[in-house]
Amino acid sequence: MARLSDENVRLAKEIIARYPRSRSATIPLLHLAQEQDGYVTNEAMVHIGELVGATSAEVLGTASFYEMFKFEPVGRYLINICGTMSCALMGAEDLMHHAEERLGVKLGGTTPDGTFTLERAECQAACTEAPCLQVNYRYRFRVTNDEFDRLVDDLAAGRLDAEIPPHGTVARVRQRVAADRVVGAVDPELVTESPVWLDGKAAL
Amino acid sequence: MTAQGTYAHAPGFIAGDRPKIVTSRFEYADSHTLERYLATDGYAGLRRALARPAAEIHDEVKNATVLGRGGAGFPAGTKWGLTPQGVWPRYLVVNGDESEPGTYKDRLLMERDPHQLIEGCLIACYAAGLSQCFLYIRGEMALAQERVAAAINEAYAAGYIGKNILGSRFSLDVVLHWGAGAYVVGEETALIESLEGNRGMPRLKPPYFPAAIGLYGQPTIVNNVETLANLPWLMRHGADAYTAIGTKTSPGTRMVAVSGHVKRPGVYEIINGTTTFRDLIYGDDFCGGIRDGNDLKAFVPGGGSAPWFTPEQLDLPFEASQIGPAGSMLGSGAIMVMDHTTDIPKAALTLTRFYAHESCGKCTPCREGGTWLERILSRIVDGEGTDADLAQIVEVGESICPGAFPHASSSALGLSATPFPYKMNTICFVGPSAYAPVHSALTLFREEFEARVTKRNRIPVTSSGAAS
Repeated sequence: MARLSDENVRLAKEIIARYPRSRSATIPLLHLAQEQDGYVTNEAMVHIGELVGATSAEVLGTASFYEMFKFEPVGRYLINICGTMSCALMGAEDLMHHAEERLGVKLGGTTPDGTFTLERAECQAACTEAPCLQVNYRYRFRVTNDEFDRLVDDLAAGRLDAEIPPHGTVARVRQRVAADRVVGAVDPELVTESPVWLDGKAAL
Repeated sequence: MTAQGTYAHAPGFIAGDRPKIVTSRFEYADSHTLERYLATDGYAGLRRALARPAAEIHDEVKNATVLGRGGAGFPAGTKWGLTPQGVWPRYLVVNGDESEPGTYKDRLLMERDPHQLIEGCLIACYAAGLSQCFLYIRGEMALAQERVAAAINEAYAAGYIGKNILGSRFSLDVVLHWGAGAYVVGEETALIESLEGNRGMPRLKPPYFPAAIGLYGQPTIVNNVETLANLPWLMRHGADAYTAIGTKTSPGTRMVAVSGHVKRPGVYEIINGTTTFRDLIYGDDFCGGIRDGNDLKAFVPGGGSAPWFTPEQLDLPFEASQIGPAGSMLGSGAIMVMDHTTDIPKAALTLTRFYAHESCGKCTPCREGGTWLERILSRIVDGEGTDADLAQIVEVGESICPGAFPHASSSALGLSATPFPYKMNTICFVGPSAYAPVHSALTLFREEFEARVTKRNRIPVTSSGAAS
């Protein structure tokens, strides 16, 4: 339950500066909050509102639209099994039943030790590798029931820590650019002329 | 089971002995690095573009008829030209929010060749005079976000992005932006709303194109990842070489994902306009036929939103001018194949449920209609439907899409095709897409629904009361 840390505020300001209008940074900052705490806390949403110039209600309004943002704690590993057509044709339903039995929770549930949350997901863009799943948005393709069991064992034993960060971290590589290379975002209100490289000659 | 990112070939991608415009580097394990990119003609297209006036580059893209690969198939060069005169600044928003069921190619292009995409963005911004580029990647695509972030960092450091690119007067920032899970954000005005920090709901139309009023109210070009990935090759080889591949109205290649009950499911770069569905599903170069020697029952030809085809449409080519009159669309380049063992109502439910789930709630016919279609179809699949439900599906569907809905012809059923497109009571295509699968299934395989529903025994009524 926390506002953004000092280090994350520095990062947040770097992100905000890339946009002509700071509210565009709302979703990236919500990801940052979720990376910090594992889910998006009320305090973080208040803080994000202060940073981007929105009310906390507006931040919640945006956040609650998107499936990836969680407003209460979820497991360290969020397992999303795809159930859309191609995966369904290739046995996703059986895999979901098996996963429910193996983890002892229904779809949408979290194991009592807080390690796993199981969800049905919609199309994950890996349709030729059906049935597929994601663990904290890292793919596993053509998953059999036995392989699911091994995956769960490996995750619980920490054997996949190098590949799969805890829930909240999506990309581990960020855009970081040297300040002297950046052109800089400009408020659109302040621009009236065509870009210099056009020499005033845009194609019609 | 396989993990991602550990192969020379991206999982699912199958190369072949065909022209490769966008997948030429997929064979290299390090295809995503600047080093490999530069060793394989990388940024040569940008150099050639910068050596000529921007208007000429715009004309070249127009002449090549680079069709949009996101779903609508609108030519990119024409789209760039829809901006109002004299209104600045203008922006480029790259649509990498790929989520259409059955579709994945943009993810591979971002993971496997991020510099090609960046070069495409730079060429587009130079040609159309766009001041800043926002690269919107789907939230759930962690590896794509990492690869594109790394590539942007490399390209800035090497002088390909930023101030005075390659020593020219062309300066541009590319901003990596990422979503958080919402299919509807793939619709271009919803994408812009999301990029402004709002709920990702489509904007009222008109204007029909954000080229008129887009990001921050400014003229904005929204292009799909694959569309932009075509530009570096086009700049290196020219419009004539580009249009020499494929047909006049559908030149070049396109990436197509074929999934479901085929022997070799995969993503293939095919020649546009001439390759047929039969080539793709049965060809030795492609999927090699239906699994276990089974028979083909039906296929979805253009992503989950597309009305279905049956074996009768196998010989149609990847050419929009032929697919529309035949009752469907090419959409996002995704084919989902069902063999004869497929439970059709259940298969339709997996798609209708998707669109009902992804409705943003802005338009009543979609919000309510999609939900009802899912509920009615669920109870039919569960064996609890009645014959009245079949009429109800059509009634709900017509509240989303009034009038005749497109479908394929069937000589077995004595049906002629109803051509694409449909009329719609919603702002975007999510609502109609909830109806498309169930409408196709019910039109082409009605007997499977009838066998599933309970026929209510009607109590005969006579003038003297109920018959005993």
